[in-house]
Amino acid sequence: MIRLFKVKEKQKEDAENSRGVVPVKKQSAGELRLQKDITELNLPDSCNITFPNGKDDLMNFEISIKPDGGYYKDGTFLFSFEVPPIYPHDAPRVKCKTKVFHPNIDLEGNVCLNVLREDWKPVLNINTIIYGLYHLFTEPNCEDPLNHDAADMLRDHPHVFEANVRMALEGGYIGDEYFESCM
Amino acid sequence: MADSIVTPSRSRDLDKLLLRPGNLVGPTFEPGVELRDDLREYARILVVGAGGLGCELLKDLALSGFKNLEVIDMDRIEVSNLNRQFLFRVEDVGKPKAEVAAKRVMERVSGVNIVPHFCRIEDKEIEFYNDFNIIVLGLDSIEARSYINAVACGFLEYDSDDKPREETIKPMVDGGTEGFKGHARVIVPGVTPCFECTIWLFPPQVKFPLCTLAETPRNAAHCIEYAHLIKWDEVHSGKAFDADDPEHMKWVYSEAVKRAELFGIPGVTYSLTQGVVKNIIPAIASTNAIISAACALETLKIASGCSKTLSNYLTYNGVEGLHIKVTEFVRDKDCLVCGSGVLIELDTSVTLEKVFSISLGSAVTSGLNIIVDYHKFGLVCVLVLGVEFIHQLEQHPKLLLSKASVTHRGKNLYMQAPPVLEEMTRSNLSLPLYDLMGKIPKDIVHVTGTTDKHDKKTSCLRKLRVAFKGIDGVTDMDMAGGA
Ligand SMILES: [Zn+2]
Repeated sequence: MIRLFKVKEKQKEDAENSRGVVPVKKQSAGELRLQKDITELNLPDSCNITFPNGKDDLMNFEISIKPDGGYYKDGTFLFSFEVPPIYPHDAPRVKCKTKVFHPNIDLEGNVCLNVLREDWKPVLNINTIIYGLYHLFTEPNCEDPLNHDAADMLRDHPHVFEANVRMALEGGYIGDEYFESCM
Repeated sequence: MADSIVTPSRSRDLDKLLLRPGNLVGPTFEPGVELRDDLREYARILVVGAGGLGCELLKDLALSGFKNLEVIDMDRIEVSNLNRQFLFRVEDVGKPKAEVAAKRVMERVSGVNIVPHFCRIEDKEIEFYNDFNIIVLGLDSIEARSYINAVACGFLEYDSDDKPREETIKPMVDGGTEGFKGHARVIVPGVTPCFECTIWLFPPQVKFPLCTLAETPRNAAHCIEYAHLIKWDEVHSGKAFDADDPEHMKWVYSEAVKRAELFGIPGVTYSLTQGVVKNIIPAIASTNAIISAACALETLKIASGCSKTLSNYLTYNGVEGLHIKVTEFVRDKDCLVCGSGVLIELDTSVTLEKVFSISLGSAVTSGLNIIVDYHKFGLVCVLVLGVEFIHQLEQHPKLLLSKASVTHRGKNLYMQAPPVLEEMTRSNLSLPLYDLMGKIPKDIVHVTGTTDKHDKKTSCLRKLRVAFKGIDGVTDMDMAGGA
């Protein structure tokens, strides 16, 4: 290709001043795939999506989930999604921004959901994750605990667990931990 | 340049390749002194990464007759690099890799000029990358490869027959190593598969379930990931973990040790902590040397045509015995990064609303690339991506795309869903596409929507090449600036 390089070099010298460079924002393949995911979202009525950085940053968004049944009924839980540029090769990073007493979500907002980590595959999409998150509220799972106290309580004393969760949803203490109302 | 004939090059063997004809040469090969001199004079090569592979690449390329080299790397030299990143010395620790590597090679190989760039690859303007003839990658991350690939493929233009225009092709040579394994590949955008066409070649990173880390750690890596992913947030609420900050790394290490003691798990060391957190696989100097040699040779072959190039993916495996294999992967024709996009040609007299219902229909047969006719000033054609227009598309019998959402250079021009985005982009519907695209004569637009294929609705994501006729070619100053 050396002849081509040579021609280009000459052209470059000739055109040095006449070139109007347009600044280009590089759009990653991940952003494009995410755009598709976003337009195809099929959210349950109880879920809502917002884009804190406006319409041109889809890589960071928030999902709110308001379960319509189960222990967490009527609470509203906010999740932040951070989508990597190589999505869907890598899963989004998801954190729960609402402090919640839940066996699979720790007090820092880490979420134990298989499709977010070990079971993520590029054929999955944002919808899969949202349904997975929703499922955590309708059926919290004490087999894979991230909050040990919550898991033990749910397994050993479901009624106590239920009462505690209700109280926390309205705002109150479980042990030493204060939970703000999220109803 | 009569006397250059009698001047032997530094490398007698290189002369044998470049000065003599051969039977296995590339189609445009023209042996001779001029070729040798032109390689020095005109070939401009960028090496991305100045680590284990990058050091080898700079040395190999400098010794292969290239004179104009540049190198970009954001890292500083660490003690642990010194075993294999042979251009660095103990006294260099803490200095930028790119700068030291460039200096050392220039000291040893006379006449070579290497310009270092100590920064992130994303910090450079896109045009920076267009100045090079070939980009050689010595990287260890998928993200960085994907970025450079997108940049290089972004220069690619297709002619009206969907053939890549040769002068816009920016070849890449990509090397990678992991321990005893490695690969070298040649990416000629528009001709051979790009990085994105074959991203599935890279296995996903192993991620442990968080609950395993929190509850039932079984090995040293579990203890390290617990400290890194869970304990860090618990203690440093809000402060982001920085893998390049040694203090952070030491903290994670000490927490991992505590965790390991609690569960009676052996094997947590500082270097393992670094390895797990940064996903580093031990590097073997010889693997780097072998892969770099292959990459430098391919670079020389692309530039000079002195031999046919690797077609197109070489894997090297020294784990059990020694195995080298070349696989010819094929392009993903619909690749969003290197593909040609959707082509439709239109008559200028057709109104745009009509244009679009026809054009998207005929795209079923013609495949790729949209050309939107744009009348000269005064007779302004307005592309109405309106509800009216989209409704029409849905009604059209040969419809390719319904429920279209449109993106241009990272700006979402119109989003059908979700409602919150539809609302934010709705006002664009009444604006001319030309204006929305920053008055650029031609550019790539991405469209998502639903296609009717064999009576079955499938969602799709399409690349469109939009060109505004009548303002192609030399641009007025009015238009060059963009929006
Ligand atoms: Zn591709």
